[in-house]
Amino acid sequence: MIQIHNLCIQLSEFSLKNINIHIKEHEFFVLLGPTGSGKTLLVESIAGLTPITSGKIIIKGQDMTHAPPEKRKVGIVYQDYALFPHMTVMENIQYGLAYHTHGPDDLQRIQDLMTKTGIIKLSHRKIKHLSGGEKQRIALIRALAVNPSVVLLDEPLSSLDPGFRDDIQNLLKMLHKNTGTTFLMVTHNFAEAFFLGERGAILNQGVLEQCSPVDALFSSPQTPFVARFVGFKNIFRAQIKNNLAKTNHFELEIPPPILPDVDQICFRGEDIQVFSTRPNSNQRNTLYGKIQNIIDRGPYFDLSINVNNTLIHVSMTKSELINNAYCVEKEIYLVIPNQAIHTLAADKTYVENEFPNLGNT
Amino acid sequence: MKRYYDPFMMISIISCVSVLLFILIPLIQMLLAPSWEMITESIRDPDIQRAIGLSLYTSGMAALIAFIIGTPFAYLLARKTFFGKRVVEGIIDLPIVIPHPVIGIAILGIVGKQHWLGAFLHSMGVRLMGTISGIVIVLTFVGMPFYINTVKNGFEAIPVRLEHVSRSLGASFRSTFFRITLPLAFRSIIVGFIMCFARAISEFGAVVVVAYHPMTAPVLIYERFTAYGLKYSQPIAVLLILVSLMLFVALRLISKKDMNI
Repeated sequence: MIQIHNLCIQLSEFSLKNINIHIKEHEFFVLLGPTGSGKTLLVESIAGLTPITSGKIIIKGQDMTHAPPEKRKVGIVYQDYALFPHMTVMENIQYGLAYHTHGPDDLQRIQDLMTKTGIIKLSHRKIKHLSGGEKQRIALIRALAVNPSVVLLDEPLSSLDPGFRDDIQNLLKMLHKNTGTTFLMVTHNFAEAFFLGERGAILNQGVLEQCSPVDALFSSPQTPFVARFVGFKNIFRAQIKNNLAKTNHFELEIPPPILPDVDQICFRGEDIQVFSTRPNSNQRNTLYGKIQNIIDRGPYFDLSINVNNTLIHVSMTKSELINNAYCVEKEIYLVIPNQAIHTLAADKTYVENEFPNLGNT
Repeated sequence: MKRYYDPFMMISIISCVSVLLFILIPLIQMLLAPSWEMITESIRDPDIQRAIGLSLYTSGMAALIAFIIGTPFAYLLARKTFFGKRVVEGIIDLPIVIPHPVIGIAILGIVGKQHWLGAFLHSMGVRLMGTISGIVIVLTFVGMPFYINTVKNGFEAIPVRLEHVSRSLGASFRSTFFRITLPLAFRSIIVGFIMCFARAISEFGAVVVVAYHPMTAPVLIYERFTAYGLKYSQPIAVLLILVSLMLFVALRLISKKDMNI
């Protein structure tokens, strides 16, 4: 559907480097990454709104690398809606029809979409009198009205109130299912990515870090950046040999298979089991430590555990913390299930001291 | 409890009143000075009618030329970044900072037969010295920066994403400009037109060098002042202000559309 081959964009202060992504037909693809990672630039290059330095963009089998935006059949929806303020709702939605051959069926299809999304009653209203949720619905229908090959969504939910956000998420799911259109959505919201996305990619400083099914992005990160980005708080350099990862502070048994060139391990704080007394002596991957700090994060607590002069971060619920009377200086045992441990390939950008090393290494 | 007045706010209010008085007192004095008989007599004076008519015509032409040439240029400045853009913007502002008679002399320098451009224009039968065309050229020169800067700001205020969406919906660059950008910049274009027109209608220094005759209203005011004194120049000035004011109000009313970009 969309094939991006070795795409490079060189701007004065930023560059996209060697991006390779293949988005399948009818797929809902999510593009994740921190602010300034190049997500919007990538989307605008697919839409033909940013000139590319090198590489190829193929849409529906046609080389569109240098095609003007109006020839690409690519709809775009921005977070700030970008509705035409001097037109009514209906004029906005029908704007693109002037440039596409259309028949009564198309008008009926648009009418149906407007009815399903509840904006039919707003047809003759001016844009400035509408709510954020209504504006985003109109922007979506406007993009779909011209039957695009793909709809590019640039953080479409980020400027909406939480109530509207859920509505639009459901609407996106429904539109994707009913229209069969391919969607590419930029987001930095994990919940949105999980709810809507089938596959996804993570960008960092113009570099594609990982491209895989969305659940794999969150459960099996392949680089330290992805691990950190999706919430792995414990990342350690390790010597890995025969299913054993040896860090400077502890040893853990890790699950096979072990890929070549891996030199780091990571695990989530919420996957760690915490015990006040030593668990069964047969339990593998048991570490002894002392609680050094507790931070209240609202729905959960973050505990920093000093294990052999390095910190391991653990997340737990308030009830678990209170029931076990965990407090600073308390001595505890951590069990890290080996299925929760992931290996990561070498990465020069990784900075180990983001996780404080207490010396004695 | 005693109401507290911030000293800085008091200074601001005093400065505001001072500036308003500074502007309004001489203008009000001038408006009230001529008797009704003098005003009506001036309205009937064919020289005054011709001069005001010529000022309106030449200023309108200058604003029209600024609109035709300046609008695409303003769009380019608003939307594109290119090497030397700052220099280009500086050149646009030059006519604002150069003394007005200098502008007249500069234009005279290139329309004479000694200059290749002047020689070319002569060969084409175009005369600028002492002609209406010459006045229009001078007024376009002085008014253009006001038009371009105003319209450029107007284009900049239109989110480029509106144009992106339009293109993605199938509209060409030209269609996008005429269906999206231009309607949204309409207000700025009218304001730019007014600014250019206002600047042009008030021009004296450059016009008097290039074309003392035919007389525009400012030149006639100057001539009546030097020949007959203040009393005989004031009615023309009052008429010029009233006519211009009516025109500006009309244009403002046309442009009063709330686009809410």
